[in-house]
Parts: sequence; C-alpha cells; structure tokens
Amino acid sequence: MKTLLASTAVMLALAMPVAGQDYTPDPNARARGSIVITYKDDVATLDPAIGYDWQNWSMIKSLFDGLMDYVPGTTTLRPGLAESYDISEDGMTYTFHLRPGVKFHNGREMTAEDVKYSLDRVTNPATQSPGAGFFGSIKGYDAMADGSATELEGVKVIDPATVEITLSRPDATFLHVMALNFAHVVPKEEVEKWGADFGRHPVGTGSYKLGEWTVGQRLVFEKNADNWRKGVPYLDQITFEVGQEPIVALLRLQKGAVDIPGDGIPPAKFQEVMNDPEQAKDVVEGGQLQTGYITMNVTTPPFDQKEVRQAINMAINKDRIVQIINGRAVPANQPLPPSMPGYTKDYKGYPYDPEKARAMLAEAGLPDGFETELYVMNTDPNPRIAQAIQQDLAAIGVKASLQSLAQANVIEAGGNGSAPMIWSGGMAWIADFPDPSNFYGPILGCAGAEPGGWNWAKYCNEALDEKAAAADAMADPAKSDERLKLWSDIFMQVMDDAPWVPVFNEQRYTMKSTRMGGADDLYVDPVSIPVNYDYVYVTE
Amino acid sequence: MAAYLLRRLLQSALILLGVSFITFVLLYVLPADPVRQIAGRSATAQTVENIRHELGLDQPFVIQYLHYLWGMVQGDLGRSYLQKTEVAALIAARLPATLLLMLGAIACELVIGLTMGVFAALRRGTAFDHSLMMVSFVTVSAPQFVVGLLLLYVFAVQLGWFPIGGYGTFAHLVLPSLTLGILGSGWYSRMMRSSMLDVLRADFIRTARAKGLSRARIVLAHALPNAILPVIAMIGIDIGVFMGGIVVVESVFGWPGIGQLAWQAIQRVDIPIIMGVTLVSAMAIVLGNLLADLITPFIDPRIKLK
Repeated sequence: MKTLLASTAVMLALAMPVAGQDYTPDPNARARGSIVITYKDDVATLDPAIGYDWQNWSMIKSLFDGLMDYVPGTTTLRPGLAESYDISEDGMTYTFHLRPGVKFHNGREMTAEDVKYSLDRVTNPATQSPGAGFFGSIKGYDAMADGSATELEGVKVIDPATVEITLSRPDATFLHVMALNFAHVVPKEEVEKWGADFGRHPVGTGSYKLGEWTVGQRLVFEKNADNWRKGVPYLDQITFEVGQEPIVALLRLQKGAVDIPGDGIPPAKFQEVMNDPEQAKDVVEGGQLQTGYITMNVTTPPFDQKEVRQAINMAINKDRIVQIINGRAVPANQPLPPSMPGYTKDYKGYPYDPEKARAMLAEAGLPDGFETELYVMNTDPNPRIAQAIQQDLAAIGVKASLQSLAQANVIEAGGNGSAPMIWSGGMAWIADFPDPSNFYGPILGCAGAEPGGWNWAKYCNEALDEKAAAADAMADPAKSDERLKLWSDIFMQVMDDAPWVPVFNEQRYTMKSTRMGGADDLYVDPVSIPVNYDYVYVTE
Repeated sequence: MAAYLLRRLLQSALILLGVSFITFVLLYVLPADPVRQIAGRSATAQTVENIRHELGLDQPFVIQYLHYLWGMVQGDLGRSYLQKTEVAALIAARLPATLLLMLGAIACELVIGLTMGVFAALRRGTAFDHSLMMVSFVTVSAPQFVVGLLLLYVFAVQLGWFPIGGYGTFAHLVLPSLTLGILGSGWYSRMMRSSMLDVLRADFIRTARAKGLSRARIVLAHALPNAILPVIAMIGIDIGVFMGGIVVVESVFGWPGIGQLAWQAIQRVDIPIIMGVTLVSAMAIVLGNLLADLITPFIDPRIKLK
C-alpha cells in the first residue's frame, strides 16, 4: 500500500467529471411512452463480449455500461461506471474510482470485482470474443491470449470501489477501449448461470433491462427504474420488431405503427421520401465514422508500382459514384472521415484527371493499360458502384472484370490476398471508437496485412507502423494535439503510397415518427448507431 | 405394410445421412472462413486462431464431420457460431410459424389451383380455358416480393382489412398464405387440368355418362378423385419446399419462419444453422413424400404399397 500511496502522489489527478464535458438534459423531455423500432435481421446476441454488429451495438450500450462512456450525440469521452480516474505520470497505470450504489438488473451492487471479472472474461479465448485484441495493451494480455493465464495480470482490485489497470505499453486509446461494448461490466453469477445463453438473458447495469425476447419476432426493453444515471431513460419501453423488410417498415411508419425503421430508408424509396417535405422533415442526416474505399493489392503487379496506384486514384470519378447512391455520401480524399479527430482539412487529395492518369500509366511502362479483377459484394448498390469504377478504369485503358460475390467470399479473397482490387462497399470500415488509431492498424498496418487480416491492400510500411506505435504511446492528454498531428502525417504518407482509393464517406439518414423528440444528434449518434436509445423521448 | 414402412424409413435415414455429408463438404470447401465472420474485422490473428481452436475448426475434416454426426444422432445440432444459441432451439422457435404458413399456403394453393384446373379442363379449348392458363402462367412467374407487397399495400395499408405484417392471429396468416397460394396455384392448376383431361377421356367416365349420371356427379364423384393423384404427390414436394423456408414472403410480412433464419445464417457462414435448417427441410421433403405415398392407396385402390 505504501508504494501505491507514493505513486498516487505523482499521479496526474484528472478531476472528472469536468464541467462542459457532460450532457445537459433536454428541458422538453418527459419520461413516458413507448416506441417501436424495426429491423430486418434477427438480433444475434446481447452479450457485450460477443455482439459486434451495428444492430446490437447500441442495444448492448443501453443494457450495459462500461467504465467510460460518451457524451450523447458526440465522440467526447465521459466517465461511465467510473466516477473518476487517475492516470500515472508514465501513462502506464489507470486507476478507476467506481460510482457508488450502481446496481445490476438483478439487484446486486456492482463492484471492482465485477470489472475485473468482465475484463478477464472478454480476454479469455474460451469466450470467443471478437474484441479480445482491443485489450492488447493491458499487462498480461498475451498470457491470456495463449491460454497460459486465466486472469489479467494488469487488472487489480484495490478495494470494492477501486480498480487499477496496468498497461504493458502506453496506449493513448485506452480510455476509448474502456468505453467499448467489449469492456462492459457483466455480473459473474448471471454469466455462470446462463453459460453460452447469457447473450439471450443479458443482465447489466444499463438504462434498460431486457423484458421479453421472442426469437425471430420481438425484443422488449423496459426502463430500468433503478438506473444510476438519474433522469434517463425517458422511454418506459422500446419494442424491437425483427424480421421486417425496410420497405414494409416505412409503410408502417407512414401509418403510425413504427417509430424508427432501424435499417433506414430503403434506397428505392429514398428520393420519394426526401422530395416530400412532410416526410423529409422527419429525416435526420448526419455524418458517420465511415469510409468506403477501393483497395489495390500492393503485392500484386502492376499494383506493386506506386505510380500505377496513384494513377488509379486519379481515374475514379467520385462525384458520379456519389450520384449513383442518390447523394447519400460525400466524396472522400483520405482514409479518415471528416468527423474523425486527425482528419487533414487542407488536404485536397488526388484530382479526378483521367488524362494525367493515362500519362502516369504510360510512364510506369503500361501505355496500353492492363487487365485486373475488381471484387465486390453482391448486394445493391455495390455492383452498380463497381460498374462505375469499371467504366472509369476502362477510360484509362485498365480492363477490370467484376467478381461479384457474397460478403463472406469477398472478405476471404481480401484476407488471403487473391483479390487485386476490392470495392469495400457493404464491408467498409466504420470506426469502433472515435480515434484515428482505429483507422490504421487493422486496415492499413502490417498486422492487418497478415493472411486473413482486414488490410486487403496488403500494405505494410514498417516505418509508418513505428510512427503509429509512437502516436499511440502519447497517452498524456496534454500531447493530444501533437498526437493528432502525427496521425495526420501518417495518413498523408498513406495517401502518397496510395494503397487505397478513398471514394466516399457515407452519410446516415435516420427516419423517425413525428412524435419522436430529442436533439437531432441523438438520431445520428456517432457511437450509438442508429439511435441513442437512452436519451430520445416521445412528445405525446 | 410394416416392412414397407421400415424400408422407407431406413431409406430416409440414408438420405439424411447423404444430405448431411454433402452439405458438410460443400460448407467445408466454401471459399469463406466462418471464423473470420465470428471474429469480425478488428480481430488479431491470434484471436482468429483462438476462436478456430475453441470451435474445433482447426481439426481435420473427417473428425469435424464425425463430431457433427455424433451430435446429430443424439439430437444435438450444435450451437450457432454467431449467436451461441442452440440450433435446435432456434429452429424449434421458428417451427410453429413455418408449419402454420405451410398449411395456409397449401390450402390457398389447392383452393385456387384446383378450382382453376378443373374449370379449365371442363371448358377445354375455349377462351376461358386459355385465359385461365394464361393467368396461371403469370402467377408462377410473378416475383414473390412484388405480389406480397402489392397485397400488403392494397389490403393492409390502403383498406386496412389485415395487419401490416406480423404474426400471432389468423388475420396475420391470411395475406402471406394468399401470396404463396396465388404464386403456387399455377403449378396446381396446370397439373390438375392435364390430369383431369386424361381422366375425362377414360372409359369409365364414358360409361358413367352412358348411364346418364349428372354432369356434376361425374366430375365430383368419378373424375376428381382419380385426377387428384398427381396433386397429392405435388403436395408432398411442396411441404419440403415450404419447410426450407420462404425467405422473401417471410420478410415482406415479418413472418418469423425458418427461411429468415437460414438466409441470415448463409450470409454469415453460420454453419451449424445452415446444417440444421438443411437437415430439417430434407427431412420434411422425405416425410412429405412418404406421406403422399402412404395416402395414395387409400384414394386409388389400384395402387399397392410394396
């Protein structure tokens, strides 16, 4: 305890919550009512260690909490189950002070032991968590991953209200990681009681608790009256109806039977809805942390030549591709989406210039162009977008044949390196957390270029990997600007090496019934997709 | 009869074994890695390998198959890779809706299809016959999505006679059954028409006519029971088709049938679910055919089960 006290003295005490970082409740919000949300696909699981699709992501956020959270409608971190935290000067030790009196839905009080149990569980290979790798910076992670330990060495329970996490390397993204669903706190006794079926019987500390789940039909979330975050949620109940075609959901919304079609406005109806002022006023538009891109496999000739990749970057008419999807996106010129910290605002990107592209191909020794294959996921609008890319390529003499396949097959071809070019649509990168780091490692770093990885360009620039590691080691909040500048440089270097053609950043359009209230930001929440269920309300 | 039944059941078991093997092989050679689907895009190589090991997918094919078979004979279809829930429970939860829609659909198909077929046969060669056959041609070619949406729009959204999709009451069943009934009726009407025409030409019908029986009596009591045999075989096949799931109609009407389960599983390479649904629908085809064969001798005593 002595050493602990000594180190506490040099800790950078970050007094949290800091004024202005938290959320001001909507003065018009009333606690009442229930809403209906529809989805086409059934909900896979509500286990926070396992659920990893955009549909269950925000549902899990409403059922569980992590030590950290985000201010609703923003990408700003705020404390969650931790009331405050301290970071040691070397950035290697995080001490979280838990909020007192937080109860699980089963009535038991949440303690530091639960935090430790949850982190041990998510990193234990037996849990099969897709998010285990996010915890790689916690000391003892490697021993967990290779099965030689059953507890994370770096996670210590100091007392029931304090947990100390030691890292093996400084990690500037660590607080974001603690806000991920994978880090949400689960009660041991419920996990042990249900085993693999915990995902069907979730018990957390969140604003809602699961009322009913009729497989293939509906889920009912009920308000957690004992919620530790006072005043929320506003809704008494949310019913998620699954198995519903988006177009039928829209018809039902028009009839007043649905409040939010979870899958959005069906593309075929988009123009009609947006051209009708009566309907368009209930559509909220917002950005999202997403980029759609074309990968070029840098290990396959002729894409092993930088000039060829740069030429392809100049050949693609992004404005036309945006038109194909009814303007539901903005053209992109770099990997990071505009709302992501670290985005380089004054960068103009490669111009659309087929003449120059042709000349560059000639310089690279390919005056007659070449033949290649473009892989694409076979659901609309992706084949149409791929055709536009194909035409753009043809204009500079590159003959690309289309390989239109099911998602899983495209992912496989991308992972094993057999696809020379891939249009990422339908599988495009959406950030797991709002930090530029998340847009590098898995999709542009050397680790992702391994067989089976998601870096389909197989781009591996070791110097850049070192820079990325250095940026992620800058955990001191005071160095935040310097760190973002470094990230900006990294992505500019990526653009010069041109393993990708960044094509567009998709916009989000959430449609809601007229009776739904709450700030627009809540309906295009960058973290809780599609909607932040905890803070929306009904006006009647 | 008992020997016949035993032989047929044994055959059925062999067919299921064959289906399970072929499906397993196909899924094994599929150029898509189920572990990638589970691990998601952010997983490190180690996470992927850990999950592969946990699921036993790093073992040789034969071991994996034998393991599956061993579970299968004990009635254990395994757990879904992505949902982690027992496949048997997932299928069981969707079985009532699937069966209900199957019954509704077949009833609609029979009522519409047989009526059309019989009338077309009786008015053979007339404009009425031609137009009925034209209609049946159009219905079998019409896309499920369009017909389903049209019915939903007219009868549920505009007229408000039925709920806009969902499951639970008889009213929910009408439109999806009708959609499938209209779409499938074309097969039945054509089958019924040609079968009716054959029977109407038969000697015993001529005899009945010569005896001076009424036209209605000849058609209903003599021609129909004889003409219906091929239809029964067709119902047997239909049972299998419907048990495999009707993806489009289910999703238009929000019907919680087995088709949506299968469709989602195929998208995500969730092998245990794909295997489970395939086996259940194969079993339904086998049993449907067996049932049709068992019923036939009761309708036509000339046929004996051997």
